[in-house]
Amino acid sequence: MTYSKGGRCLPSFTALATILGLALAPLVAATPAGAQDRTSVKIGYAVSKTGANAGGAAITTIPNYRLWLHDVEKNGGLELPDGSKLPIELVEYDDRSSAEEVVRAVERLAGQDQVDFILPPWGTGFNLAVAPLFDRYGYPQLAVSSVTDKAPQFVQRWPRSFWFLGGGSDYTGALASLLSAQVEAGTINNKVAMVSVADGFGIDLVSAARPAMAEAGMDVVLDRTYPVGTNDFTTLLNEAAASGADTFVSFSYPPDTFALTEQAQVADYNPKVLYLGVGAGFPPYGRKLGDKAEGIMTLGGIDAKNAQNMAYRERHKEVTGEYPDLWGSVITYASLQMLQEAIRRVGLDREAVSAELSGGTFQTVLGETKLQDNRLRDLWLVGQWQDGQLVGVAPADRPGASEVILPRQPWK
Amino acid sequence: MRTVIGFALAGVVLAGLAVAPLYLGPYGTGLLIGMTGYVTLASAWAMFSGPTRFVSLATVAFFGIGAYTMAVLYESLPYPLVLAVAALVGLVVALVVGLSTLRLAGVYFVIFTFGLAELVRQLVTWYEVNVTGTLGRYLFVSFGSEVIYWQLLGLCAATFLIAWVIGRSRIGLALKVIGDDEVVAVHCGISTARVKLALFAVSSVIITLVGAIQAPRWTYIEPLIVFNPTVSFLTLIMALLGGAGRLWGPLVGAVPLFLLFEWLSANFPDHYSIILGLLFMAIVFVLPKGVLEFAETGLRRLRRRPPQDGSATVAGKEVEG
Repeated sequence: MTYSKGGRCLPSFTALATILGLALAPLVAATPAGAQDRTSVKIGYAVSKTGANAGGAAITTIPNYRLWLHDVEKNGGLELPDGSKLPIELVEYDDRSSAEEVVRAVERLAGQDQVDFILPPWGTGFNLAVAPLFDRYGYPQLAVSSVTDKAPQFVQRWPRSFWFLGGGSDYTGALASLLSAQVEAGTINNKVAMVSVADGFGIDLVSAARPAMAEAGMDVVLDRTYPVGTNDFTTLLNEAAASGADTFVSFSYPPDTFALTEQAQVADYNPKVLYLGVGAGFPPYGRKLGDKAEGIMTLGGIDAKNAQNMAYRERHKEVTGEYPDLWGSVITYASLQMLQEAIRRVGLDREAVSAELSGGTFQTVLGETKLQDNRLRDLWLVGQWQDGQLVGVAPADRPGASEVILPRQPWK
Repeated sequence: MRTVIGFALAGVVLAGLAVAPLYLGPYGTGLLIGMTGYVTLASAWAMFSGPTRFVSLATVAFFGIGAYTMAVLYESLPYPLVLAVAALVGLVVALVVGLSTLRLAGVYFVIFTFGLAELVRQLVTWYEVNVTGTLGRYLFVSFGSEVIYWQLLGLCAATFLIAWVIGRSRIGLALKVIGDDEVVAVHCGISTARVKLALFAVSSVIITLVGAIQAPRWTYIEPLIVFNPTVSFLTLIMALLGGAGRLWGPLVGAVPLFLLFEWLSANFPDHYSIILGLLFMAIVFVLPKGVLEFAETGLRRLRRRPPQDGSATVAGKEVEG
């Protein structure tokens, strides 16, 4: 510091000195003002409100953060172990879907705003980008919107990180065993046509699906990857239809999922099993297709008999204007409830909260929720549209599971 | 004598900046990383685009190549060697691209360089999807953000040194001629293509190194993350604001703009993009030749008049703004 001050005192070389002064002034000026009486709990997050990731964040993450903040406020604030309640002071940033921006925003939240807790950003890549920072500053990281098979290694590396959405092989393994059971029952043949989007999600899932399908005795007769932004799937669907496979699987993103649905109807392509990627679990998807959605499968799902979850869905609709999606949303909300409950039990000490999250059992909108090795393992891995609801059908032995109904009825 | 004082001062400033992370918190260090990164990018960009007036939007192509090389090789090679390989890859790509495009006239070059970033991104994606079968690489490094910052600062200093040397060499003179009138340059016997190619290569290698050094900040590297076109546009606008034809121009543009962006995203996260767009238009309309040029013209105008006191401070203030 003394050096730069010396530099600033010298009269010549105005430009450089001015720049240095300009550069350092806000940093020095913004030194935190020391301890203060606690009148609120500061919670911060940086999430993609604009840019390439905004679509996903606007469905799974942001509405649930809003809903939770709304619910906490209605509750009179965050409850602490002594029964007192403190309001939440929110610090919110837009990472503009840039990795450098999300990293700096989290540094700002931790170092500058000195928030008590940081909620995670949206997406696998961004959760990983900020994980070392959460770890270094001792914040628990409740990473929901990230599907990764490497979660066990991440937990070892960052002991205060929590992974809620499972990994690619969880989903594809469940799908493969569901299919092989149907083959055994004689409902479908063992041929699978599989397409995937050439992006993080599609590649992760299809890479996990290949060995899973082989292990389950399924024969992948068509395995195609298409670039992000593809909107004409006619050729792919024709090839799939010609392949003789009873099962069509697409690990697709929402725009592709919608286009595939649309074009499969036009081509009157009717595989007995129609499994589509992200987007098929969005409420408008089911609403728009109506009866035609019946039997379509995707990742996620819910237990329609779980009253807490159904109440959450209505509240989500009331506060944010739309029903939550049927995969990550409810889990995002449940993770926030866990944080809230952990604070109520052990206070604002981040280390204690992390330990409580890791070892405690919580009542959330998912029902009784407990993490195993910092990971949520009670997940709906395959969902199917039945009677206008996307119900969880796998794992079949999980309480609340619905029976899968196959073959799917042809488009009417 | 002026040179010696200049170097001494630069040395003092550099030393001050180098110890800054020890006093600033992690956020300050993060800010310095971003700022140093953009100062280096803008200076490297201006090194080629300033004198030749070839507007390049390929910044992020090289930046991304650097980041990817780091992600691919970090586990298998010692760190300095990875940097060397990254520089080499950047150099080869720059030479190939330069040889094939630098004969293009201005606007075609802009379009090509913009396409180049997308081309490289698609190539990397294709390779990862079809050959390695994974998209997204993990990059776990053992050092902290201060080390990243020091490397960037060193690279930044080197960039200024290179730009300074070029400005005083025969090649610098040749560049000035090319920038003023390429036809005249050819008639003077200057091998314009070779000069431009050399500059493009040096500038691209520096940009590649910035990407390689900054990559560990993100832990997770995938094409969408490292080939973000915003990097190209921000670099360009920063260099233009300061004045791409001068040694200190990009610095004068990058530092205030970076801090402004930071301030905007901290205080107006929801209106950032709108303000940014308006700002870009304002820069192009009000300061088309950059702040430094604007200030100097003002200074010259003042000097031409009968001597009035305080002219120097007026200029100083304009530099600040």
